[in-house]
Amino acid sequence: MEPRIGFRNTKSAIFKGVVIFFAFAVTIPLIIVLLYIIKQGIGQVNWTFLTHIPAPAGEKGGGIINALAGSFILVMVASVIAIPLGILAGIYLSENPRTKLAYYSGLCVDILQGIPSIVVGIVFYLWLVKPFHSFSALSGAIALAVMMLPIVIRATEQTLLLLPPSLKEAALSLGVPYHRVILKVIVPCGFSGILSGITLSIARVIGETAPLLFTAFGSMFLSTSLVKPIESLPHIIYNYATSPYDDWHDLAWGASFILLVFVLTLNIVTKVITRKWKIQL
Amino acid sequence: MENPIVKAENYNSYFGDNHVVKDVNISINKNEVIAVMGPSGCGKTTFLRGINRMHELIPGATSKGKILLDGQNVFDMNAIYVRYKIGMVFQRPNPFPNLSIYENVVAGYMLNGLKISKAEKDVIVERSLTSAALWKEVKDSLHKKGTFLSGGQQQRLCIARAIAMQPELILFDEPTSALDPISTSSVEALFHELKANYTLIIVTHNMQQAARVSDRTAFFYMGELVEFDDTKQMFTAPKDERTQNYITGRFS
Amino acid sequence: MENKRAQLSDQQLKWETFFKWLLIGASAILVLVIIGVIVTLIKESMLSIKSLGFGFLWGKVWDPVQNIYGAYPFLIGTLLTSFTALIISVPFSYAIAVYLGEYNPKGWLSDLLKNIIDLIAAVPSIIYGFWGIFVLVPLVRQLETKFHILPYGVGIFTASIVLAVMIIPYGASLGVTLIRMVPSPLKEGAYALGATRFEVIRKVIMPYTRSGLFAGVLLSLGRALGETMAVTMLIGNTSAVPTSIFAPGNTMASVIANEFVEADHAEYLSALIELGLVLLLVTVVINLIGKRIISRATNH
Repeated sequence: MEPRIGFRNTKSAIFKGVVIFFAFAVTIPLIIVLLYIIKQGIGQVNWTFLTHIPAPAGEKGGGIINALAGSFILVMVASVIAIPLGILAGIYLSENPRTKLAYYSGLCVDILQGIPSIVVGIVFYLWLVKPFHSFSALSGAIALAVMMLPIVIRATEQTLLLLPPSLKEAALSLGVPYHRVILKVIVPCGFSGILSGITLSIARVIGETAPLLFTAFGSMFLSTSLVKPIESLPHIIYNYATSPYDDWHDLAWGASFILLVFVLTLNIVTKVITRKWKIQL
Repeated sequence: MENPIVKAENYNSYFGDNHVVKDVNISINKNEVIAVMGPSGCGKTTFLRGINRMHELIPGATSKGKILLDGQNVFDMNAIYVRYKIGMVFQRPNPFPNLSIYENVVAGYMLNGLKISKAEKDVIVERSLTSAALWKEVKDSLHKKGTFLSGGQQQRLCIARAIAMQPELILFDEPTSALDPISTSSVEALFHELKANYTLIIVTHNMQQAARVSDRTAFFYMGELVEFDDTKQMFTAPKDERTQNYITGRFS
Repeated sequence: MENKRAQLSDQQLKWETFFKWLLIGASAILVLVIIGVIVTLIKESMLSIKSLGFGFLWGKVWDPVQNIYGAYPFLIGTLLTSFTALIISVPFSYAIAVYLGEYNPKGWLSDLLKNIIDLIAAVPSIIYGFWGIFVLVPLVRQLETKFHILPYGVGIFTASIVLAVMIIPYGASLGVTLIRMVPSPLKEGAYALGATRFEVIRKVIMPYTRSGLFAGVLLSLGRALGETMAVTMLIGNTSAVPTSIFAPGNTMASVIANEFVEADHAEYLSALIELGLVLLLVTVVINLIGKRIISRATNH
């Protein structure tokens, strides 16, 4: 009897060791990537970098202000579209879970969550670029909005489902109309949960390139127009990283560093906000 | 003296096909305290929620018949207006967690976007909290959120919130069943004081409470209003056999 | 005064109705968008579908200059990268799931690992791709030289490695949820019979979570199929059928990314859009099946 138990216990201990090894081994690629980006990119960031447009191909210097401004504009416009729409849809789903519309739109949210971002780019090219014969910031922003929607909707829906129904009842019984109950009681009580969905969706789209390839397209110049092409952080990284010019590689490293800082900050902010709510994003 | 404030005429309630409240006819006078009692599932809460049209907010819930508030059928009136005119206090105290005590009391005004001056608000807050026997306990912490209040205090805050709207009628849905005995008796003492200015309808599953606080008692059984009489009379000499069985504990 | 209040309530009733329709409208927009996406893709692929038929999927040659469009190389490329990435990532995802779900569900070490996983998921795709070009590709090139394989550096293998890292968090977080749902009495019963930790995991937890974990694999696959940027930067962008795992190739997503803006005639564009349609349908079906299995597993 004794050796059998000893053998089985050893097997269990070995298994545990293997599990721990594989589980923590994933830290290695993460650290390697982060450290490399920081090392290559942090040196690039200076005042010129942040305030100038890129130098022409082959020349040294320049900056990425066109990408910074472009990302800002794209994310702002995308948020203006996605946040109200997403919150309203999330409210509908949490308030009317058993209707046919809730079933089908919930299904559509699931589909949106899984749609490849390049396909989103194709569709908005066909809808908003081809008919107007011009790439535009607006088409890119709307494509990004579509990618933000599922995250905002699910966060809103799940947050509101966690609220006790007595809250709604108390307000309704005071003679408060439904829209005020939702907007002045329910949504404020669920505010941090909804906010975490917003910050997470922004963190997600700020790094998205594929939907912008055929919509916002990219530009050498600083532009704020919604109807012209516009540059963005992830796109300039893609463009310059795959170019043959070392100077452009340098710019791409700097841009990667800045993008990483934004994304990580937003993720940390989301975590801090989510601590209050136990929702699965 | 007959002075009906609420009258139900052939009132029926349904959840889908489920006939939950059957043909209720009842007349309640001003400044009365009415207890509504009966075993679980007898329809007393559903009936109560029909009066201020909260019942129809549940998907699939419908009703037939009339409920007259001061002579007018609530189903001919704007539902929002009906709920404004009738106050409701629920089983679990539910003050708004994101509002302070002060803001909770005037929530009925603020949430509706009604503009009233700070001075008026102060008056409303003090008057309502006093009527709810809570003023002395919270007057120095009005701007704190009500989370530190005990269950009984939170419930009295909810009562103050309802009173602040100056309804004529206040509905109570098992208001003390989630409270400890001391809080329960403080709320029950309140019923007696509120009677002077309001009409109270109190659903309770506690017979002794019904006997203690009410002028008249309605007994519901399986969706029907079985008996409605003077409280003392009902508990000493009930007219219906079912009432008798309930009171003597044959079923609860 | 009462009259004014009654008037207010009437006004509020109108707004209430408006708001309820707004909510319905927001949800309806979602449905319209999805329908629009599918209809548009089908409509624009029609040209290609009509002229190429099902041969599109088996055609081994992709030569836009000669107007020959065969998607087979990209189907193979997609399958190879995705499945290789899955195979590489599964041991890691599973180890994380078992560790966080069973061995160490609470505590600072487990929080640390959770944050690491979230960080991996947060890093944008192009950053992985960019890093890959400058760090991974030279490494793979050295490896290939050592083994006397053509030292492209880029290729299916390189792309699969990075893809594997990117999909680990999806399988892992799903696995954690599922493993945590195994009821304690089930495990305690096994321990009481003298089973070791390993045996409980193998004989109780694994069978119980089997369907859920399979769904996790499906969802990771769905994610891998749609991944574009990192793959585009590392796969070599060749339109030939890949001859080995170290050869360059293309996935459906990467060929669209590379060639869409260059498509100068209608048949070319339509063929690419048809690829997008195929990609969409496959990804959506896999995701929906995976989600359905999971919702059934989590509702037990």
